Amino acid sequence: MPNEWITRESGNLSLQHEWTLVHYQALTSLVARYGDTAKNHAVSLGGITQLDTAGAALIVKLLGIENAKQQAANSLPTKQQALLVRVAEAMETPLDVEPANNNRIVDALATVGQQMVGLWSQQRQLLAFIGLVLATLFSLLFRPHRWRFTATIAHIHSSGLNAVPIVALLTFMVGAVVAFLGATVLQDFGATVYTIDLVAFSFLREFGVLLAAILLAGRTASAFTAQLGAMKSNEEIDALQAQGLDPIELLVLPRVIALLISLPLLAFVGMLSGLVGGAMVATLSLDISISQFMTTLQKDVSVSHFLVGLSKAPVFAFVIGVIGCLEGFKVSGSAQSVGSHTTSSVVQSIFMVILIDALAALFFMELGW
Amino acid sequence: MVATTQAENEQDEQPVITVKGLVNRFGSVIVHEDLDLTLKQGEILGVVGGSGTGKSVLLRSIVGLKRPNGGTIDVLGSRLNELNEQQRSQVERRFGVLFQRGALFSSLNLQENVALPLIEHAKLSRKDAEYLARIKLSLVGLPAKAALQFPESLSGGMVKRAALARALALDPDILFLDEPTAGLDPIGAAAFDQLLVTLRDALGFSVFLVTHDLDTLYAACDRVAVLSQKRVLVADTLENVANTDDEWVQAYFNGPRGRAAQYAANASTSGLKE
Ligand SMILES: Nc1ncnc2c1ncn2[C@@H]1O[C@H](COP(=O)(O)OP(=O)(O)OP(=O)(O)O)[C@@H](O)[C@H]1O
Ligand SMILES: [Mg+2]
Repeated sequence: MPNEWITRESGNLSLQHEWTLVHYQALTSLVARYGDTAKNHAVSLGGITQLDTAGAALIVKLLGIENAKQQAANSLPTKQQALLVRVAEAMETPLDVEPANNNRIVDALATVGQQMVGLWSQQRQLLAFIGLVLATLFSLLFRPHRWRFTATIAHIHSSGLNAVPIVALLTFMVGAVVAFLGATVLQDFGATVYTIDLVAFSFLREFGVLLAAILLAGRTASAFTAQLGAMKSNEEIDALQAQGLDPIELLVLPRVIALLISLPLLAFVGMLSGLVGGAMVATLSLDISISQFMTTLQKDVSVSHFLVGLSKAPVFAFVIGVIGCLEGFKVSGSAQSVGSHTTSSVVQSIFMVILIDALAALFFMELGW
Repeated sequence: MVATTQAENEQDEQPVITVKGLVNRFGSVIVHEDLDLTLKQGEILGVVGGSGTGKSVLLRSIVGLKRPNGGTIDVLGSRLNELNEQQRSQVERRFGVLFQRGALFSSLNLQENVALPLIEHAKLSRKDAEYLARIKLSLVGLPAKAALQFPESLSGGMVKRAALARALALDPDILFLDEPTAGLDPIGAAAFDQLLVTLRDALGFSVFLVTHDLDTLYAACDRVAVLSQKRVLVADTLENVANTDDEWVQAYFNGPRGRAAQYAANASTSGLKE
């Protein structure tokens, strides 16, 4: 069986049957075996019944390019002859592409270096982009006729209004959890009542805005990156630029401004529903009445905590919006790059939100606010 | 010419594609209505028509990417939308499709793009598949170093060539080409016409070729189908189609470009005869 395609008669080779893709593996090993013989013996192609590009490539490999062209002229029907000649011509250019550098240690070092440089340039790009966005923002501040109301409202709708249910639900549940946690710890000291303070302080100062920001980073930063990334790979952003339109003004500002408006509102929703969650646990399982909850809230918790919490919202919003848009602009043509930049935008924006929150906590504590 | 004799020999054979009474709609927009078309074994059928007359939609419905709103499509002896998943995949792997915008896989480099069907369907090893892929890329006129490039870094014409190489990967039974020469330089386009005829002669596949390129019609096509008014107006040899009494057809073939292409084609064939 294995010799079906190549037979040897008195030193001369003759090829026959189907030389097609289906038999590629078997044919490859035959070609390897008869490679030397074919170089210095006569070869006849007359017996070939079917030939396709894969088969032709193997014949050229067997015979060498010049030889194959000659053989084709001698012993093949016209139609297959043309194919063999075309394939032989195609194989004239060197087909081996240079192998990749396979030194593992060098590769590893190179990767580390690239990552470090990449991290550094990423931060610089972010700073530059923030500058660009701020500059555009201020240049448009006093020119209301160039404000993009429709786009901004549309983004407030999709990233703010549509996020209200999920933000409310999530903070409600976390509020309940914090209340339970506080009750468990404080019960031992007979100070269950302070659960109210715990919930109020944590939600007004930290959790309300932090949870809303993290949700927004996951929901909206990724959406911005994917939107702008798809536009980038479809050359839409280039088209805007070529028409003398500013993508920052048209695409980035409406998104960032929408977040600047949405996040404080979402944070407020988050604070309220966190408190409601805490209040529910307090009334249902800690024997604290609603009116007691309200009085304690008014007596113990000053409005400054609320303001401290809310003051962080615009900063978070700006960071999330800018990172989402910048990562979108970094997308190159491939689908893979859309995916990796979307991931990167979510990771970066959540990281930055938590980092800024930690710094802010230190700052406010030192100031005693 | 080789092209015509081939088609004549096999004229009585059963057609590889038969479209009957095809209806395609998008919402209330009717693209095709009662459209009939056949593609014969081993022929190159040029499909022409104005922009937006539904050439690409026709191609997509034959390939099975758009479910028709009515009518029947028989491909290679089976009715596509009556097959189950597996039978369908069996039929579909005998297609090679070049999409109008290339549709290369953006996260694979060119040789991987072409090697993918070879690995998945022909079960070649990656090394063999990529070697064959480089031959195919060279066959369609791409330099060897392009094999490692990613689609995003290619010029428009290079995308077309690579997409053709991918469509040819499995040496398909039916080749669907949507404007393969749009965006190619004239030399490349002429080489493409030749390559198509050579491969068709050697491998005997049938070609459904959507094109606006009059030179391709003259150089490569056995028959031409004109899409107009939601159906196939005529489908016949080039001469008969060019003589059809229809305003659009006349403007198409006897306009300045049509005449130039005709002149060029005549010059080259008479040159060959001498
Ligand atoms: N997904 C879709 N949804 C709605 N309408 C569509 C869709 N795809 C195509 N159409 C409509 O169908 C019609 C035919 O489109 P098609 O892409 O087939 O044109 P074509 O003949 O290939 O044109 P061209 O030569 O410019 O490529 C057009 O009017 C187009 O608007
Ligand atoms: Mg089209």
